[in-house]
Amino acid sequence: MFKFKHESLETNAGLLLVLTMLAISIGGLVEIAPLFMIDTTMEKVDGVRPYTPLEQRGRDIFIREGCYTCHSQMIRPFRDEQLRYGHYSLASESKYDHPFQWGSKRTGPDLARVGGKYSNEWHVQHLLKPTSVVPESVMPNYPWLLSTPLDYSDIGDRMRALRITGVPYSTNEEEYKRNVDKFGEKIAKTLHIPDAQKNLIEQAQEGNYDGDRSNVSEMDALIAYLQVLGTMVDFRQYKPEELVKYR
Amino acid sequence: MAATSNPATEQYNFDIVRKFSIMTLVWGVVGMLVGVYIASELAWPFLNFDSPFFSFGRFRPVHTSGVIFGFGGSALFATSYYVVQRTCQTRLFAPGLATFTFWGWQAVIVLAALSYVMGYSQGKEYAEMEWPIDLLIEVIWVSYMAVFIGTLMKRKQPHIYVANWFYLSFILATALLHTFNNVAVPVGLFTMKSYSLFSGPQDAMLQWWYGHNAVGFFLTAAFLGMMYYFVPKHAGRPVYSYRLSIVHFWALSFMYMWVGTHHLHWTAIPDWTSTLAATFSIMLLLPSWGGMINGIMTLSGAWDKLRTDPVMRFMIVALSFYGMSTFEGPLMSLKDVNALSHYTDWTVGHVHSGALGWVAMISFGSMYHMIPRLWNTQLYSVRLVNIHFWLATIGVLLYITAMWISGIMQGLMWRAFDDFGNLQYSFVESVAAMHPFYAMRAIGGMFFLTGMILMAYNCFMTIRQGQRAEQAAPAAAVASA
Repeated sequence: MFKFKHESLETNAGLLLVLTMLAISIGGLVEIAPLFMIDTTMEKVDGVRPYTPLEQRGRDIFIREGCYTCHSQMIRPFRDEQLRYGHYSLASESKYDHPFQWGSKRTGPDLARVGGKYSNEWHVQHLLKPTSVVPESVMPNYPWLLSTPLDYSDIGDRMRALRITGVPYSTNEEEYKRNVDKFGEKIAKTLHIPDAQKNLIEQAQEGNYDGDRSNVSEMDALIAYLQVLGTMVDFRQYKPEELVKYR
Repeated sequence: MAATSNPATEQYNFDIVRKFSIMTLVWGVVGMLVGVYIASELAWPFLNFDSPFFSFGRFRPVHTSGVIFGFGGSALFATSYYVVQRTCQTRLFAPGLATFTFWGWQAVIVLAALSYVMGYSQGKEYAEMEWPIDLLIEVIWVSYMAVFIGTLMKRKQPHIYVANWFYLSFILATALLHTFNNVAVPVGLFTMKSYSLFSGPQDAMLQWWYGHNAVGFFLTAAFLGMMYYFVPKHAGRPVYSYRLSIVHFWALSFMYMWVGTHHLHWTAIPDWTSTLAATFSIMLLLPSWGGMINGIMTLSGAWDKLRTDPVMRFMIVALSFYGMSTFEGPLMSLKDVNALSHYTDWTVGHVHSGALGWVAMISFGSMYHMIPRLWNTQLYSVRLVNIHFWLATIGVLLYITAMWISGIMQGLMWRAFDDFGNLQYSFVESVAAMHPFYAMRAIGGMFFLTGMILMAYNCFMTIRQGQRAEQAAPAAAVASA
């Protein structure tokens, strides 16, 4: 009768390799692969849309400066977090986030719903010198955001790359129309890649995020991004018992 | 002069091991220096100097990549190339490829650090390197795999020694994790910027599968491989239990891959993944402690060495910290504990009890054992090793104590309610309360860094001593002839 001996693995490098590979592959397959397939991963809610060109550039700056090393964007379903930050974060709220920015550390507060909480002027002050508005803050100053003009020359390339990952930015009339059906005309316009630069400048001037309409600064982009965080879903439309099914 | 030199230095390819050993010391000093700097930034924010290049957010990945991939990675390349040759009793397979892994890996660390301060980051923790660097890592890793497995194949011993199982498992797992977590679409061929192919919850799951197994395989399995060679060798005793090593190797390799999701408790992922991860995290205590017991008990019959040999002390204290942090880990993976500990400094403290207490200390012990042998000499100063040991131990203890207090305090302050059911503290009150502990943590880091610098000096003097003896040997031989 065949009797298994561990010795046979210790004397056969190929066998050891194959079995080790098998042992380390299973966990990830079981836990991660289903999330791409089962439809309970994402709640079905209205309002979540891809970022506008200006917001996306703001998000790029958020990542560039490593904001995620101190700020999370993921509110957990606890009473204290609800009071401090608002409704717990939904999976679908980050479905256009490549990469996700849920974070792992709150040296500063969570930002998942920071949008609309403070004025643009407050954000400018705070980013230039956090202690000017929050004296105990340990956050660094970011003076270069206001003095650096935003480079939006490659915004089209950026949106095209995101389009490959699955974000529904439109390149032609047909895709644009699909976005109109899905998000409405006003939003669909901002997702159209051929008009990206024009839309970006327009939003920066209309929003006047940094208080200076004459140019588009990195500050404009970052504040545009911060101001949209957590504002896309209207939670008055949904009952808690509907959303909880997806947990 | 082949006749007078150490036969081992002739028999094996030690050149590559020496190179990686030196870089282990260099990246140790650099990575920990940056660590102390960013810790100080949190305590004394003026250190950010209003400069994009020194601001915490860009500098932090320089620290993490510097110590994990620079210091830890170089230590693993050095020891795995040393151990696989000695235990297989053969020279390295494809020495040219091995040399490529050295220069390639050093390039990766330098490029990564430069790119972070320039503002290029994938925005995923411990995987901040942008796509061109990721591709370079991929090529280096496949080469490393070829060298390591090729050497195993041409071994002169029928058995593959247990240390090599762990190194093999680490090499395979790292290839798997790195490949899947870094799938991204570049903005253009001539730009560093890319976007992760995955988004939201799927991206989060992949990231923490990667992130936790960077700990599980890069910082644990591989260092267990190191332990399985250097502890028995330095103690002059056989491994305590062969059977235990088999059981805990397979259990560890299998279970680690399930636990990453405990970094995402209470977040927007399906609950069952979270529960599964917590369950496996608790089970993982057993194989983890299997390794610790096997390492510590190897010393049975030679306990007196702890009193007399600071190198041995490094190894055993490393194993003790390993046991401690692999107990703390499962505790923190319980959902109720995690509700308090997540997002706080407790996690940071936990990582460092593993990284400083276990990973760095077992590397120090192994390097102090290996470096004199590589240059065919004795340690320059055992007294300095002893001082290093105490500096390191005091440093880790200060660090983790500070983070326990600040972490638990943060967690409690965030969830505290007053008599009327309102939140008792504003967020910034918790920030202000952290200050003394951030200062204490920075001081703990300074102790640890000072020890690291002493080690670099001690090893530098050891190497110089070895080189001088080697130069003197032929001269002496000629003179006596």
